[in-house]
Amino acid sequence: MYKIAAVGDKDSIYGFASLGITIFPVDDSAEAAKLIRKLAESEYGVIYITEQLASRISAETERYASMPLPAIIPVPGVRGNTGIGLENVSKFVEKAVGSDIIS
Amino acid sequence: MAVMNVNPTRMELTNLKRKLVTARRGHKLLKDKRDELMRRFLDMVRENKALRKEVEEGVKKANVAMSVARCVMSDKALDVALMLPTQEMHLDVTEKNVMSVMIPEFDVKFRTANEHDIYSYGFANTSGDLDTAVKALSDIMPKMIRLAEIEKSCRLMADEIEKTRRRVNALEHVMIPQYEETIKYITMKLDENERSTTTRLMKVKDMMLAKAHNY
Repeated sequence: MYKIAAVGDKDSIYGFASLGITIFPVDDSAEAAKLIRKLAESEYGVIYITEQLASRISAETERYASMPLPAIIPVPGVRGNTGIGLENVSKFVEKAVGSDIIS
Repeated sequence: MAVMNVNPTRMELTNLKRKLVTARRGHKLLKDKRDELMRRFLDMVRENKALRKEVEEGVKKANVAMSVARCVMSDKALDVALMLPTQEMHLDVTEKNVMSVMIPEFDVKFRTANEHDIYSYGFANTSGDLDTAVKALSDIMPKMIRLAEIEKSCRLMADEIEKTRRRVNALEHVMIPQYEETIKYITMKLDENERSTTTRLMKVKDMMLAKAHNY
């Protein structure tokens, strides 16, 4: 049995708590990196992270990219959409095909 | 293309021929794997893109309502309202093998008294915007789970496609031409040896005849 976590600034992830997702409010990037590591090693299968935070700790999220679990998924935070999510999808295509053919 | 550094013997030739057959078969198989992976990947990535747009739209809607709710309500009231969720979410993860890439499949299990009771608070002390925010998030949740599954799969498949493509190219443009060249080189060398042996024998025969009959 795995659980779902949401990581990011408090305002952005607060709503997730009502759905039964465990929330971890964090602002500092060093602390966030440590938290992600801890969550990945325990029983969290999906970690939603705000885009703002994800862009700051990409080195940490990249470590889990090639493993089947956990899935670290950036979602837009309360401060708006930075577009990294869609950018990531384009990167996958570029990696697999050689150029971004479905943009 | 460089010829490999081998002795031009019959044994090497047989070995190389066997290796060439293996390389050709591997190349064909890997090419098929790459094509099939690519087909699935493109389907998936299209879905990924569409899902992401939907999820981002939904989360944005929830965030807007949430911001308003935060302004209207005190921090404490909001804490109290959201502190104890009515439902608990669990994830069942199974791994699916797609062309030797292990991709996860998520299956969400809710532990809840009533599926439609998503509000973990009484309506008396909370703002209506909070209801809107929670409703919006709850609506987008199944899509978010699917997004997590598909985005992870896309990532893993992209890695595998890259790896397979490199292997196919290495076989096609390096290994196979190299084997072919070397085989050609050894065949030429062996033929040349044979011809030189024949000429030598003819010469020896001439010399012996000359000696015997005093031409």
